[in-house]
Amino acid sequence: MTLAPEIDESSPEKLLVPVLSAFWDEDRSWTLDVYRRHEGYEGLRKALAMSPDDVIAYVKDSGLRGRGGAGFPTGMKWQFIPQGDGKPHYLVVNADESEPGTCKDIPLLFANPHSLIEGIVIACYAIRSSHAFIYLRGEVVPVLRRLHSAVREAYAAGYLGENILGSGLDLDITVHAGAGAYICGEETALLDSLEGRRGQPRLRPPFPAVAGLYACPTVVNNVESIASVPAILKNGKDWFRSMGSEKSPGFTLYSLSGHVANPGQYEAPLGITLRQLLDMSGGMRPGHRLKFWTPGGSSTPMFTDEHLDVPLDYEGVGAAGSMLGTKALQCFDETTCVVRAVTRWTEFYAHESCGKCTPCREGTYWMVQLMRDLEAGKGAMSDLDKLYDIADNVNGKSFCALGDGSAQPIFSSLKYFREEYEQHITGRGCPFDPAKSTAWADRKEVSA
Amino acid sequence: MTTSSSGQGVSLGMPELPAPDYPDDVRARLEQDAREIIARYPDSRSALLPLLHLVQSEEGYVTRTGMRFCADVLGLTTAEVTAVATFYTMYRRRPSGDYQVGVCTNTLCAVMGGDAIFEALQEHLGVGNGETTDDGKVTVEHIECNAACDYAPVVMVNWEFFDNQTPASVKRLVDDLRAGRPVTPTRGAPLCTFKETARILAGFPDEREGATEAGGSAGPASLMGLRLAKGEAAPARVVHPRDGGPDDGGPHGRPRDAAVHLSSHDAPQETSASDPSHPQGPVGEEGEG
Repeated sequence: MTLAPEIDESSPEKLLVPVLSAFWDEDRSWTLDVYRRHEGYEGLRKALAMSPDDVIAYVKDSGLRGRGGAGFPTGMKWQFIPQGDGKPHYLVVNADESEPGTCKDIPLLFANPHSLIEGIVIACYAIRSSHAFIYLRGEVVPVLRRLHSAVREAYAAGYLGENILGSGLDLDITVHAGAGAYICGEETALLDSLEGRRGQPRLRPPFPAVAGLYACPTVVNNVESIASVPAILKNGKDWFRSMGSEKSPGFTLYSLSGHVANPGQYEAPLGITLRQLLDMSGGMRPGHRLKFWTPGGSSTPMFTDEHLDVPLDYEGVGAAGSMLGTKALQCFDETTCVVRAVTRWTEFYAHESCGKCTPCREGTYWMVQLMRDLEAGKGAMSDLDKLYDIADNVNGKSFCALGDGSAQPIFSSLKYFREEYEQHITGRGCPFDPAKSTAWADRKEVSA
Repeated sequence: MTTSSSGQGVSLGMPELPAPDYPDDVRARLEQDAREIIARYPDSRSALLPLLHLVQSEEGYVTRTGMRFCADVLGLTTAEVTAVATFYTMYRRRPSGDYQVGVCTNTLCAVMGGDAIFEALQEHLGVGNGETTDDGKVTVEHIECNAACDYAPVVMVNWEFFDNQTPASVKRLVDDLRAGRPVTPTRGAPLCTFKETARILAGFPDEREGATEAGGSAGPASLMGLRLAKGEAAPARVVHPRDGGPDDGGPHGRPRDAAVHLSSHDAPQETSASDPSHPQGPVGEEGEG
């Protein structure tokens, strides 16, 4: 079904479709036993009965698009791998979830790691790979434990190793823990990091599909993209296409956070709106209203309460001037200073810029200086144009999208909240009280 | 001891001597681990990140000796290893505490109270960002987004999740850690030391009974949508599990001093060559990544 705003069936049972999250509330949901009880590894059996090329075509026909931010069709990525080239092929799963606001892959891997492992086996069968890597950010040790455990279980059950389920497919998975660098979520920086180097992006072309890990054909996919594949094989591409829209089919995890009554993971067909999600989940925290929000992490231009009815799919968010990104819906209410929020994000980008490209390395540094002055009430009106100009000189000028991402909060906040910047300048300081924004601000009387 | 960034003179004279080697028995043990790590990869250099976690598990931080060991077993120069070790923030470059307490001060957590928590914590312990308490137990730092925004504000201790924290809950947390009382994360296993954590990061499974099971299947926020979809009423907003009021006399009620930036994290960091027995750092080391 396509969810249009006029649908009045606004009950969560109608609007949400837990697939990946369907049994997270069960005891020991991360184990192979529980996964199999929910038809785990049935998608793999179907895939192994098909030819690898047919699996690629099937995933392509399903319309599955990358869930890591860019939305590139997953099946097409697989198809780009040259076959019969005599080189090893690799699958690298990007589990370096670090985009501010993004918090879907970590709970998914904590509660249901086998969905990823089954997806990996299917993908490797399709692209003819016998070695896959899971690049997990290092700062999430509980998830690392569960991945180690799930991989061990999968080997013992014959889903990994040699001649998997009698298919002739051999596959090893290496779980690799990163060491703290946001940039490694960028796929070519991730590959450099996985090769034991500083995580710095590579110039493309060549794309990873041609020269990726160890200069061999490599598919890099997000956790949620790969974990969605088994359900598509098991339930069929028509089932998948029955959700979402023509160009953005299927289900996905939306992560609601910030000043909302009930933050958390909400799995729904693509195209649901923030209004629908807030209506069903209790809205903003009592007594407050939405001021600004990100549709897909801090690198996606922010929205305001004017955008509550934007369909949260690739086209809908794009048409409204932002990006679906990682569906990280960070909601801030009227107590939040937008200049403070953007300053902190800008500091983040400056810290995480790898330093390879001059515009990003130098630009993020100068944007931080300007933002700090503005927030502290030490800025001048001309600084706003200067800030915009520097962001414009960072945006689109580097190897990877980190610099582009750093410019988006600045562009979009200047677009929607220029007056608030000006208030900081004319009022010689920040008019907001940060104590009112805290999670406990309304819980107990706090004298400001 | 409280570590501080000052007191490290810049040597302009003799180039420093090579780092000392590990004692034979330590080296033999680490070499065996290293072989296991290297065997996971088609190309040995891929083992460098886990090897740096491994040497960190030996000494609690990445020493020049540790880097030399990595270079030896991988056939790299120490310069190549240093370049990598200084790029990633999880590699410590000086002795630090058994428990690394990281407060998320990225935008969402900062706004939701992370800034107040970080400020209260430093005041409570009398140490600044990156510094360690005198008893060597707790190192405080602010961290970037740790992918748990639906549990904001978030604190990580040795990379286990402490969700929905407050200044009061975090003060109690560090008091418990310093007193040696058992501390259990909201999601994750009972805490082990930083060194033991580093060994898990090097890819050696946590062998403790119940470590993988700890924390249950999913936290309450992770289940919010599922519960709604199943027709279960939306649960009341989850309150920080370590309980306690927002604060008890902490400074968060006063207006923020706009001139102070809690997140001044682009300041230069210590070099990796902060081996106390070899205090002189390399000249012209790489900047932070």
